[in-house]
Amino acid sequence: MMKGLKKWRLFSLLTVMMVFLSGCGEDYISALKPAGQVGKEQFNLLLLATGIMTLVVVIVSVIYLLAFVKFRRSKVGENVIPKQVEGSHTLEVIWTVIPIILLLILAVPVVTATYKFADVAAMDEVDENGNKTALTVNVTAKLYWWEFEYPNQGIVTSQELVVPTGQKVYFNLKAADVKHSFWIPAIGGKMDTNVDNLNKFYLVFDKESKDLKDGVFYGKCAELCGPSHALMDFKVKALSPEAFDAWVASMKATEGKVADKASTDLGEATFAKSCLGCHAVSGSGAGGTPGPNLTTFGDRNRVAGFLEHNEENLKAWIENPGEFKPGNLMMNPEGTAPVYGDLSDEEIEALATYIMGLSVEK
Amino acid sequence: MSSYTQKKGFGANVWDYITTVDHKKLAVMYLLAGTLFFAIAGFEALLMRIQLMKPNNDFISAGFFNELLTMHGTTMLFLAATPLLFAFMNMLVPLQIGARDVAFPFLNSLGFWLFFLGAVFLHLSFFMGGAPDAGWTSYASLSLYSPGHGIDFYVLGLQISGAGTLISGLNFIVTIITMRAPGMTFMRMPLFTWTALVSSALILFAFPPLTIGLLMMLFDRMFGGNFFDHTMGGNTIIWEHLFWIFGHPEVYILILPAFGLFSEIIPAFSRKRLFGYSSMVFATILIGFLGFMVWAHHMFTVGLGPTANAIFAVATMAIAVPTGMKVFNWILTLWGGSIKVTTPMLYALGFIPSFVAGGVTGVMQASAPLDYQLHDSYFIVAHFHYVIVGGIVTAIFGSAHFYWPIFFNRMLNETLGKLTFWIFFIGFHLTFFVQHFLGLMGMPRRVFTYMEGQGWDQFNFISTIGALMMGVGVIIMVINCLLSIKGEPAGRDPWGDGRTLEWSIPQPIPFYNFRQTPLVRGLDPWWIEKQEGNKEMTFAEPVGDIHMPNNSAIPFVISLGMFIAAFGALYHPDADKPWSIYILIGGLAITFGAMIFRSVKDDHGFHLHKEEILEIEEHLYGKGGNK
Amino acid sequence: MDFNTKFTPHTWPDHPEQATMEGKNKVVGFWIFLACEVVLFASLFATYLALKNKGPAGMEFTTQSLFELPLAFAMTMLLLTSSLTSVYAIYHMRNFNFKAMQTWFGITLLLGLGFLGLEIYEFYHYVHKGFTFDQSAFSTAFYSLVGTHGFHVTLGLVWISTLMIRNAKRGLNLYNAPKFFVAALYWHFIDVVWVFIFTVVYLMGVIG
Repeated sequence: MMKGLKKWRLFSLLTVMMVFLSGCGEDYISALKPAGQVGKEQFNLLLLATGIMTLVVVIVSVIYLLAFVKFRRSKVGENVIPKQVEGSHTLEVIWTVIPIILLLILAVPVVTATYKFADVAAMDEVDENGNKTALTVNVTAKLYWWEFEYPNQGIVTSQELVVPTGQKVYFNLKAADVKHSFWIPAIGGKMDTNVDNLNKFYLVFDKESKDLKDGVFYGKCAELCGPSHALMDFKVKALSPEAFDAWVASMKATEGKVADKASTDLGEATFAKSCLGCHAVSGSGAGGTPGPNLTTFGDRNRVAGFLEHNEENLKAWIENPGEFKPGNLMMNPEGTAPVYGDLSDEEIEALATYIMGLSVEK
Repeated sequence: MSSYTQKKGFGANVWDYITTVDHKKLAVMYLLAGTLFFAIAGFEALLMRIQLMKPNNDFISAGFFNELLTMHGTTMLFLAATPLLFAFMNMLVPLQIGARDVAFPFLNSLGFWLFFLGAVFLHLSFFMGGAPDAGWTSYASLSLYSPGHGIDFYVLGLQISGAGTLISGLNFIVTIITMRAPGMTFMRMPLFTWTALVSSALILFAFPPLTIGLLMMLFDRMFGGNFFDHTMGGNTIIWEHLFWIFGHPEVYILILPAFGLFSEIIPAFSRKRLFGYSSMVFATILIGFLGFMVWAHHMFTVGLGPTANAIFAVATMAIAVPTGMKVFNWILTLWGGSIKVTTPMLYALGFIPSFVAGGVTGVMQASAPLDYQLHDSYFIVAHFHYVIVGGIVTAIFGSAHFYWPIFFNRMLNETLGKLTFWIFFIGFHLTFFVQHFLGLMGMPRRVFTYMEGQGWDQFNFISTIGALMMGVGVIIMVINCLLSIKGEPAGRDPWGDGRTLEWSIPQPIPFYNFRQTPLVRGLDPWWIEKQEGNKEMTFAEPVGDIHMPNNSAIPFVISLGMFIAAFGALYHPDADKPWSIYILIGGLAITFGAMIFRSVKDDHGFHLHKEEILEIEEHLYGKGGNK
Repeated sequence: MDFNTKFTPHTWPDHPEQATMEGKNKVVGFWIFLACEVVLFASLFATYLALKNKGPAGMEFTTQSLFELPLAFAMTMLLLTSSLTSVYAIYHMRNFNFKAMQTWFGITLLLGLGFLGLEIYEFYHYVHKGFTFDQSAFSTAFYSLVGTHGFHVTLGLVWISTLMIRNAKRGLNLYNAPKFFVAALYWHFIDVVWVFIFTVVYLMGVIG
């Protein structure tokens, strides 16, 4: 009968859900395929909570189904007035105490994990030379891009976070304009970037990203921040500790690099004229520039965080950024033209080639 | 022939509705207004789902999508769910307690018109520069940053509408405390009245923080205030706290009456009294109380610190206990009963597993470290739609069927009703079940599009199909409602198994409700009389004069003044609109003038004499008394 | 209920404001409304406490330097006394002494006006010093909290005067007795709120 049919569907969906939970989604973005210790513990909490809740749902469903099947009017009789039962003190106690016990079973690991994930004391630890031992990244969320500064290494990049595997990476999180939220679903939970205060947390990256589909983990902005909130993706490259150290060294080596206005390369000259005011090409130093640091642009996975990484897209982006990311701050206040004005096709072509060539890995 | 038995012309009818203070007419007005805004917000949702049907879609632009998601949430919660539940509260509470109207009929009308004109004001934003686009939560940094007047429409519209809701909440509390019929002790009140009481208390305590938050937002946006400007010492998190101190109780404001409605439907169609009545009352009160203790579970990722997160996590889990208690009591009401699967009962039976599913994902979200993954993802969207659609919307649809005879002396068609149920219910699960997985697979919420290759395409497509099904279901429901206009009068207690006082009144209900105030002899008073073979309620008084309130146009005028003033306030910060200050002052003058006018004149209501009462009843029911 | 009954001090009920159903409803309803107002002011207090002394870098305004206790004390005395006089007014209302009730309400009005006058002077003084509404988060929060209270005082004064004028010719009856009672209740409420403001904003601000 129809009632039973509907329940059958729900049950099968639940079973399917349990099967899916163990292997659903893509491994570069799914919270169900955690690639870091924090994400794994959160996944275990998910399994525990789901398990307890499934138990509750099954018990409720069974009693409910039984009640329906046994006491339909067609079975009981059309003119029967059932016994009017006021209640049952015993039952009330049972279905109060048992849920409390189940919740306690859940609450203990929840509270423990809450404190564990908030423990950022290691950020202040120093070795005998006074150098910080923990890797810290200052994340600044802006409209609509991400800046990643490594204060202890003295380098800065944007849009693509590079981290070593196998250790806790600590984050100082801040927003420069409106509230955003920093989320790498395949690695662990998120933390908001507020304008008012600095938030701190850590993540652990247990798997190198090079074998993933695009060679990167996907990062998301997780707080509505304006029209282009959906386009504010960032990427994460997880390297072995040695590869990471090498990357840091090559970033440091870009110290002093600028674009020369007098350069014979049209791309570089245009960049110096129109872009250098906001975009740095040296990865050494501090952040705080109005636009993303472009030192590693050629190594990155996307243009403007979400477009496919090729010269075509880069040219189109430079020509009219507002068309791709409504509300982005490369446009003038009226939103009609980029702040750097109209560039000729030739200039844009050369610019794109120049910017694509900015790299530390090649 | 008395004026009460003459037919009115169309114009007179319209004027009657504008000036009415009759709780039953206001209930119909709430029903119509709520349905209108439900349809608008549903349409907004369909537009969003079509946009999200496939990756990189360009059906809706990014900016407009943000307006749609903001208006969908704001409208559904404030302007659709609340008024629809108020429709039931307005119609049923006085009838269930044996009263002739609410404690403050004038304020009842004022509450409605403030709500309605505030809602209209908010919707005009679509045509006047753009709707608000910072989400229904309108977090401070983005909403201060948002250009144009959209957020101002949000602030002013909700302030006016919210005032209406607050006034109505107060009205129900006083009505339930002071105007119960003789014999109706608190523990003999129908459970829907209990949930109306607790929900109204929640309204009373939850809306002021929102009022203050909106006031602060208004000051910051229009008068140079610095509440949320961190460069001037302000703090955006204050908005989040104030909003959620309102926002969490708000969802209990909505779900408790829904619970109450099911607590009426399930006993009626099981032919069995509500199991564990006193526990149900206790659970309702406990849920209401705990609802104020958990707001920061919406803020686990804000960075409040592990202690705050841990406390709020555990407090949130605690709410599952009284809620679970309620579910078990409903199931045990079914147990041992005689279950008839009418359309209202079908909705109740669909509600139980759906709401439990939504509730358990809520407990999962209460686990703070897990919530770090779930927050602001489609998992949250799935959860709250499960509890809202699975809880509140099914209650409203089911109760529309159940109480249609009380509202309109008509029955809705059972076949169309069951068809609606199945299409809507299957569509609902299709839409939102897959969204749990989308969230777990990394899809954030409030995104106008998504790139392909993230593994999200299929589920988004399925979700859109489900949404379209829900739309079809709603259309069939509306057709059902319209067809009933031409239907047969339903008469008194048409379901046959009514247990409470509202089913004891002859149909159509006279405007004074009870010719004689009933005497309540126990819980489910009408059931008691029927079991003893009585055709009428036992009465607490002989037929005598009835004192009724006058109609008044003043509530409409007061609300209109605020509506006009809101436009003045909206455009006041614009340098190029110097006339706005006159609109603002003019609107306020209309409002305060109307209030003072109301104050200075005496309004004693009118008396209905015994002969007139008998004449009215003969006109309604024919010679020989009640049907 | 026949509102034309002629009462004498002997036949007048002890609690006239509760002698009719409408009166009872008004009194119960107003207490409930005051509960709502308590939460409203609580939200403003919480915001003030979070934002006091917070402003742009280098701001010189602090609660210690800004607030003057003597003025705040004078305002407190005026308002507290006005609350007392409103008690006398209701006492006379219960004794069916219309003239005395009107007199004491009149005195209440004058004291309330005095309070408002001093508050306006205080705000003017601060603005003159540069402590304007938009100066800082602290100033915005201060003016919002204390200003909302002042707005409530103003509304109360308008309310009481409207009642006095409206009923001057009508005298006391069971229809307007609840109106006077509820207005007095409101007046007590804003007095209680002021006690909190005086304590939390001024006393705690200066003494710390």
